[in-house]
Amino acid sequence: MPGTAPLPKGRIEIDFERCKACELCIPACPKNCIEMGTGTNRQGFAAAVFARPGDCTGCAVCAECCPDVCIQVWR
Amino acid sequence: MKNKAKEKFTKQVFSRPRSLLDVSTHYCPGCHHGIAHRILAETIDHFDLREKTIGVAPVGCAVLMYDYFDVDFVEAPHGRAPAVATGVKRAQPDRFVFTYQGDGDLAAIGTSEIIHAANRGENLTVLFINNTTYGMTGGQMAPTTMLGQKTSTSPYGRDFRNDGYPIRIAEMLATLEGTAFSARVATSTPAQIRKAKEAVKKAFDMQIRGMGFSIVEILSTCPTNWGMKPLDAQKRVLGEMSGYYPLGVYKERKQADFA
Repeated sequence: MPGTAPLPKGRIEIDFERCKACELCIPACPKNCIEMGTGTNRQGFAAAVFARPGDCTGCAVCAECCPDVCIQVWR
Repeated sequence: MKNKAKEKFTKQVFSRPRSLLDVSTHYCPGCHHGIAHRILAETIDHFDLREKTIGVAPVGCAVLMYDYFDVDFVEAPHGRAPAVATGVKRAQPDRFVFTYQGDGDLAAIGTSEIIHAANRGENLTVLFINNTTYGMTGGQMAPTTMLGQKTSTSPYGRDFRNDGYPIRIAEMLATLEGTAFSARVATSTPAQIRKAKEAVKKAFDMQIRGMGFSIVEILSTCPTNWGMKPLDAQKRVLGEMSGYYPLGVYKERKQADFA
């Protein structure tokens, strides 16, 4: 239902090759926007993906929790 | 819609700090060293110290940290980072000097160095990463290992009759007159990460104002050697570890009254 979907207030980019799939960003996101992906990067990890861009508020909490600093946030 | 949204959000609110080089680290997935590195780099940028900082790298998992920072580094022998930093700071007092040490480094082999550096009131900043084990060498028991914790050298759990009790470094150093700032923080929740950054900022500020020795103990995880998933390791820090190692500021000097 496009009429009721919330408008995104920000966006993030996850560096696919840097992500080590530690999953720390997933409970950190208050809107549950991030999920574990299925593709494997060059390090051999199934990197996290920005699964629900529509809910993102650009709060940058995921980026603060990322030990590998592979999330960038725009607002 | 997706492309439109991409164009709309142009103000970057979070990116890699300038002092942290754009390289991949060797740390295990979920290791909090990365978060501590980012906090450290952001604080260096905050005080605009990148050109005048000299870091002292430890022996431990962070032994290669000079590859990750855009500041000058000295590599110290195991546990001797405060002694090396003392020499660096006394030879070049206008430089900002910090050490970054783990618990096997600072609380075991380097206990003497850290106590006397603090007692002399050396104008240094120390970041102490406490993950209750020797991470790099394969998860042996450290002086900070919790009672009952199973490690590769305490396979039946740490027993105080044999191995003594876990050592609380932040409280111990807070009792010394030369210490200007002593705090214990954690990096397991977003709120704790922000508090940790505030504590590191205060510790930097102490050195900039010439107040004396400052230390920030950071409760960290070691998912690999604890045999846990990163999220379970975070829960251990929030539960068991925070119970024995209470978070907080133990000493904060208000004015340079020791001179």
